[in-house]
Amino acid sequence: MEEREKLNRLRWRCTRRAMLEMDLLLGEFLDRLYPSLTPPQADAFVILADMEDLELWPLVNGSRESSDPVQAEVLALLRDVRVK
Amino acid sequence: MSKLTIPVRKFDAVIVGAGGSGLRAAIQLSEAGLKTAVLSKVFPTRSHTVAAQGGVSASLGNSEEDHWHWHMYDTVKGSDWLGDQDAIEYMCRKAPEVVVELEHFGMPFDRTDEGKIYQRPFGGHMSNFGEKPVRRACAAADRTGHAMLHALYQRNVRANTQFFVEWMALDLIRDDSGQVLGVIALEMETGEVVAFHSKATVFATGGAGRIFYSSTNAFINTGDGLGMAARAGIPLEDMEFWQFHPTGVAGAGVLITEGVRGEGGILRNSTNERFMERYAPNAKDLASRDVVSRAMVTEINEGRGCGPNKDFVLLDITHLDPATIMKRLPGIREISIQFAGIDPIKAPIPVVPTCHYQMGGVPTNYKGQVVADDGTPIRGFYAAGEVACASVHGANRLGTNSLLDLLVFGKASGDSVIEDVKSGTIGLKELPANFADFTLARLNRLNTQTGGANVNETRLELQRTMQKHCGVFRFKDMLIEGVAKIVEIEKAVARTEIKDKSQVWNTARVEALELDNLIEVAKATMVSAEARKESRGAHVRDDAPDTAANPNGRDDVGWHKHTLWHREGSALSYKPVIMTPLSVETIALKTRSY
Repeated sequence: MEEREKLNRLRWRCTRRAMLEMDLLLGEFLDRLYPSLTPPQADAFVILADMEDLELWPLVNGSRESSDPVQAEVLALLRDVRVK
Repeated sequence: MSKLTIPVRKFDAVIVGAGGSGLRAAIQLSEAGLKTAVLSKVFPTRSHTVAAQGGVSASLGNSEEDHWHWHMYDTVKGSDWLGDQDAIEYMCRKAPEVVVELEHFGMPFDRTDEGKIYQRPFGGHMSNFGEKPVRRACAAADRTGHAMLHALYQRNVRANTQFFVEWMALDLIRDDSGQVLGVIALEMETGEVVAFHSKATVFATGGAGRIFYSSTNAFINTGDGLGMAARAGIPLEDMEFWQFHPTGVAGAGVLITEGVRGEGGILRNSTNERFMERYAPNAKDLASRDVVSRAMVTEINEGRGCGPNKDFVLLDITHLDPATIMKRLPGIREISIQFAGIDPIKAPIPVVPTCHYQMGGVPTNYKGQVVADDGTPIRGFYAAGEVACASVHGANRLGTNSLLDLLVFGKASGDSVIEDVKSGTIGLKELPANFADFTLARLNRLNTQTGGANVNETRLELQRTMQKHCGVFRFKDMLIEGVAKIVEIEKAVARTEIKDKSQVWNTARVEALELDNLIEVAKATMVSAEARKESRGAHVRDDAPDTAANPNGRDDVGWHKHTLWHREGSALSYKPVIMTPLSVETIALKTRSY
């Protein structure tokens, strides 16, 4: 699959989710921060984006921590996203 | 007309949408041995049903005495007497059965000490015909919708339902007799367009809350089923009725729970005035949702809104002890920081009344069959859940009745398909020669459009127009102007242009196709709302005030009827509300007050 196709698939999975909160946050992250992630961070983000919203939400709002260090880095960036 | 061909797959039944109602219908069909396909824009457990937290209502009577007839009364009253009483009786009587079935499917309901399903009270649900609140809502913590979807999905896996994930249905296939013969759908991964030829087509596509600028609905809720039905010549019923929540974060739409005002939050206008003192001297900021929403809109319309565009008010909790905020409202603080860029300990949160739920939809009977204007079923076509209008919610939905609607009418539509297949009412009829022409022409127009309108900008204009002209509180002149504006926006939608013409994962194309559906819903809503010259339930007009002759602005003589909007000519017709229940006496019209 081409890069454009992969990115569009990721965009769809970031912005067509069960909860509005997650559509907004992941969409914003994809536009603003995803392009500057390291390759391992980008892979970690794809895994996070594949999670269901009620799995991901506690990781984003900090009520749960990730044991994976790279994933934790991405989550820290995600927590700082401001949708405005 | 040229005969264009696309691949055809054959099924007994095709269900569009894999939220609660689609999955419930699929269980019924697959377990009956019908070859069933479910199409969904996303993986089933990512459907918007997940966002329903509160619970599902059923008069189980596990904690105190309850009766389906009381539930029926509450639902009729909640609907402001616009709900059809046969469908409401059916839903409330079936509620205990579908909830217990769901429990058997593995739904992890909260339990009482005795091991029964735990039930809690919920707004508008009362015992003994409106006497006092009753515990009727069955929940799985605050993740009822999520747990429900998982239970239903697992059951479908067991029943061998065939899922087509990340497929978007584009149009209904109908023949000259009007019978529905399936849908045409687009696979996002390949860009391939395929016909799903079936004996039965069930729409379970959810609502269209994204027609409003401020909406609690996830981005997926673009009214695809409504758009497809309208384009196929099927009217949309009661589309003027949308439920709003008073406090969504301005811009983002994310909900701020009523609990914030319960903890002492105060609504303020641009002069820092606590304006609710003028509208509801006793209850103030804790007045009912509709009263608070209307007050907010009045403040904004009279120029006392905040911000550069004066288009929101403020929810202030800065006077509360930061320790209280951290302890009692931590999630709200997080949401405010992330979605408003504001720490509510330091500054007030910008809020506006926000669209939450669509009461209208594709007209169905209580069996989940889509019906023509005269009430006769359209052969081969069924609908359930938010896309459908049975009508159980009428002019206003009660909390927890939405998840119940999914289960009862998901199951009923499945049962109707089985019965109609068995009786020979529907079968696999031959496809008309030109069945794909309309859809292929739409796709071709989009692929070849030059000098056209930008999809994002056009959608935004549509959403802002709906919010401004057809929001929670409606004004005659604004509605008239809104109809004219929506007609202009429709012209832009008809000439949207996408730069990306590729086949594989072309999300720009999909978003343009979603906009084709949003515009149909927006037109139906605006035109139906402009025409209805009364206030009823969630449709509240400034020029239909509370008088002795028309309490709360409701005009039963002129307007106790369902609206039907037809795409052709944007024409309206009306049909009577069904006031005769299935087995009990009519719940007669009276003023709705709590």
